[in-house]
Amino acid sequence: MKVKYFAWVRERIGLAEEQVEPPAGVHTVGELIAWLSARDERYAYAFEKPKVIRAAIDHVHVRPETAIAGAREIAFFPPMTGG
Amino acid sequence: MTAIVTVHIQQADFDVAREIAALAKGRTDIGAVVSFSGICRGNDDGESIAALTLEHYPGMAEAEIMRHANEAMARWPLSGLTIIHRVGRITPGENIVLVVTASSHRQAAFHAAEFLMDYLKTSAPFWKREERDDGTSWVEAQAHDDDAAARWTRS
Repeated sequence: MKVKYFAWVRERIGLAEEQVEPPAGVHTVGELIAWLSARDERYAYAFEKPKVIRAAIDHVHVRPETAIAGAREIAFFPPMTGG
Repeated sequence: MTAIVTVHIQQADFDVAREIAALAKGRTDIGAVVSFSGICRGNDDGESIAALTLEHYPGMAEAEIMRHANEAMARWPLSGLTIIHRVGRITPGENIVLVVTASSHRQAAFHAAEFLMDYLKTSAPFWKREERDDGTSWVEAQAHDDDAAARWTRS
């Protein structure tokens, strides 16, 4: 699946988007954050406060407990500050 | 008459008067138009700001604004609405965002405009980065913006 990062999450990871293939044990958005965080220190830094991180699946806001099965695009970003 | 919903995300500035005129053009059923413009301030808590840079999530930003535009159309008897959100680098005094709502009567137009702005702040995927004298930093989300959006939740 495609994963996108925005604002300071993008800056900390150093990537705007990438393809990832999480292992079978990763079922939810929260588990995907934990799996990414374990990859290296850039991800760990971006996701150091997982409660602050917002996520969207296929352009719709989701919660940490939401299942990722069938997702085409998952995005992670900080709380929004538009308007 | 059919309600017209217009949503634009763009780098270019917009003309508030032209957008209001476009919404009401050729119609006689509109009795009230409310417009809100968000403008870039030159200081925040006494610190001067040289510019803001707005990043957005293309695709989701349009979808999220359209979801709330449709909800506003369902909740209030609106004749039309226009939402424009700029992205890129914006300097103090420049426009950032525009919400225009039109209805037969003022109450629906006022309420819908406020509802749309409260949700634009908290759930449309845009992020502001400030340029100050001592460098740049991402603007932090404000708890009072979440509170403002929460009051529209139907219990």
